[in-house]
Amino acid sequence: MAHGPAKGIGRWLFTTNHKDIGTMYLWFSFAMFLLGGFFAMVIRAELFQPGMQIIRPEFFNQMTTMHGLVMVFGAIMPAFVGLANWMIPLQIGAPDMALPRMNNLSFWILPFAFAILSSTLFMEGGAPNFGWTFYAPLSTTYAPPSVNYFIFAIHIMGASSIMGSINIIATVLNLRAPGMTMMKMPLFVWTWLITAFLLIAVMPVLAGAVTMMLMDINFGTSFFDAAGGGDPVLFQHVFWFFGHPEVYIIILPAFGVISAIIPTFSRKPLFGYSSMVYATAAIAFLSFIVWAHHMFTVGMPLTGELYFMYATMLIAVPTGVKVFNWVATMFKGAMSFETPMLFAIAFVILFTIGGFTGLMLAIAPSDIQYHDTYFVVAHFHYVMVAGAVFSGTGAVYYWLPKWCGKMYNETMGKLQFWIAFIGFNITFFPQHFLGLAGMPRRYADYALQFADWNMVSSIGAFMYGAAQLLFLYNVIATIVAGKPVTEPKTWDGAEGLEWTVATPAPYHTFSTPPEVK
Amino acid sequence: MATSPTQRLVVKLLGGAVAMFFFAIFVLPPIYDVFCDITGLGGKTGGKYVAEESVVDESRTIRVQFVVTNNGDMPWEFKPMVHEVQVHPGQAVPIKFLARNTTDRDMVAQAIPSVSPINAARYFLKTECFCFNQQPLAAGEDAELPVVFIVDRDLPSAVHTITLSYTLFDITGRSEAPLAASTY
Repeated sequence: MAHGPAKGIGRWLFTTNHKDIGTMYLWFSFAMFLLGGFFAMVIRAELFQPGMQIIRPEFFNQMTTMHGLVMVFGAIMPAFVGLANWMIPLQIGAPDMALPRMNNLSFWILPFAFAILSSTLFMEGGAPNFGWTFYAPLSTTYAPPSVNYFIFAIHIMGASSIMGSINIIATVLNLRAPGMTMMKMPLFVWTWLITAFLLIAVMPVLAGAVTMMLMDINFGTSFFDAAGGGDPVLFQHVFWFFGHPEVYIIILPAFGVISAIIPTFSRKPLFGYSSMVYATAAIAFLSFIVWAHHMFTVGMPLTGELYFMYATMLIAVPTGVKVFNWVATMFKGAMSFETPMLFAIAFVILFTIGGFTGLMLAIAPSDIQYHDTYFVVAHFHYVMVAGAVFSGTGAVYYWLPKWCGKMYNETMGKLQFWIAFIGFNITFFPQHFLGLAGMPRRYADYALQFADWNMVSSIGAFMYGAAQLLFLYNVIATIVAGKPVTEPKTWDGAEGLEWTVATPAPYHTFSTPPEVK
Repeated sequence: MATSPTQRLVVKLLGGAVAMFFFAIFVLPPIYDVFCDITGLGGKTGGKYVAEESVVDESRTIRVQFVVTNNGDMPWEFKPMVHEVQVHPGQAVPIKFLARNTTDRDMVAQAIPSVSPINAARYFLKTECFCFNQQPLAAGEDAELPVVFIVDRDLPSAVHTITLSYTLFDITGRSEAPLAASTY
């Protein structure tokens, strides 16, 4: 190779290398994951017993808000952008991302966004306390002064995501190796391509929503203020027009990861490749026309409720196609159960549970009962944590040997998996019961009859939190003292261009494009 | 200028992102307002209605109830002078609300109407309403605020009771221009 990485801190500040930037995204998202996880631990510690033990209710509200914001925008989204940076050029035979300098910029503005957001915790009036969905007028008329910093941080995150998406689309559409037709691309590339289009469509809508908030707060407009002719319900429509595609932005790349891991450890090609592509596109399309199912209780006409109910249920069809395809891929495969595969199988099971509770919530008349209870909290943690986070963890174990040329300790990996899996279910399964029994979300205290399951849930949460520290230990131990691996193909069942380059992946790969047959 | 395929693609994608931003701010809110006007969603009533010669449908009697809410810490005393009237569709009905500024400072208020059930909103027509304008009241002053409404004869037959709700907002100090009457 012509040259390797630059020396010192400059390597990371000025790098345009997709592998360096991918690595930084992954480490940054893990740092945010621990920060958001710390907020979650504060929440669960306070909810360990009824009554106020540790923190004030005002601070509890800041914790729930910051936990949601940091996890969605700081942990999950950048983690998958990091995976995209690392793997998309390797999987399509490109030498780098199409726009390497913009790639550097889109990463390096992120730490500033989260520094701004986190600094609000130390401000007079405290951090944002209106929930991660920041409904007006809680986030406008009644917001703490720090809301302006929150808005600015959201703008920066949005800019970062849009630049990252443009980069991914340009890379996938223009830099594929000769012979790599669209329908030969690995599913991770496909799901990210579709996700990137979703991001470009809806991140500006989020930016628009916070801009309207900014105008209402500081410049006397009345977008969301009824006194001036606006409507707070408009905020919810604009927010969920962003927010529903957002949940697919989070989960589609996770689908792509699972579609890479399951065939490898089943030693069979993915079942129904083209139906997977079409199902992904169908989910992306449907995500734009179902947003009001988050708002069944605002007072919609019956026809509106029926439309959003049936349209939402329709999403179960392409999602079901995917789940059945994964199961069919495993069927009669020569399966083995290394750590990435365990995370992938857990993903399929737990994500399906989350999908089913989603269907329950989609039923408008019963949603009136479930709305804003812990049932909703359990539902979206099954899809966000057991979905996106399990998939991301599996992806790290799957590709870690390729990234650093060292093998992780299989026993330790499996130990982390089982603690995470059991801890996760102890945390969130009882929350279904709490929600059905009527415990509302986002409160610092609860009635006595909810005490037992809350204690169980908190114990599970501490377990799950410990599993993440073990994950950190495993990754560092692998990098520092892992058993070196050199063969290009780490897993005997793995297919794809990323397994044709040397291990560890050299700083520059595919300087001459590979031939894809 | 953009010459390579990548540059052309980037320009298109950036253009798409910018377009979506302006769509969110300048297109979505007006669409939402129009949608609410057409459907009566959110119980929004229409603007000033110019009464036509209309026949009163004495075969139906509709109960119209009035409720009021003070938004937030709005200190005024605000109440309807009658709580309920029985009307025939097509009949112009005058009613009055009473507002008293109980504070020792001059204030300005804006009342926002809402009609329930929402499928009656389109058929609840106001030829005169204090909510079309802002209401300034000096310290200690009170006023009778008039509304004249007509329940349209096309009101769905399933509706027997209509509730008209006013929420009174304190807009002292933020009222540069009066609201366009057409908004309400």
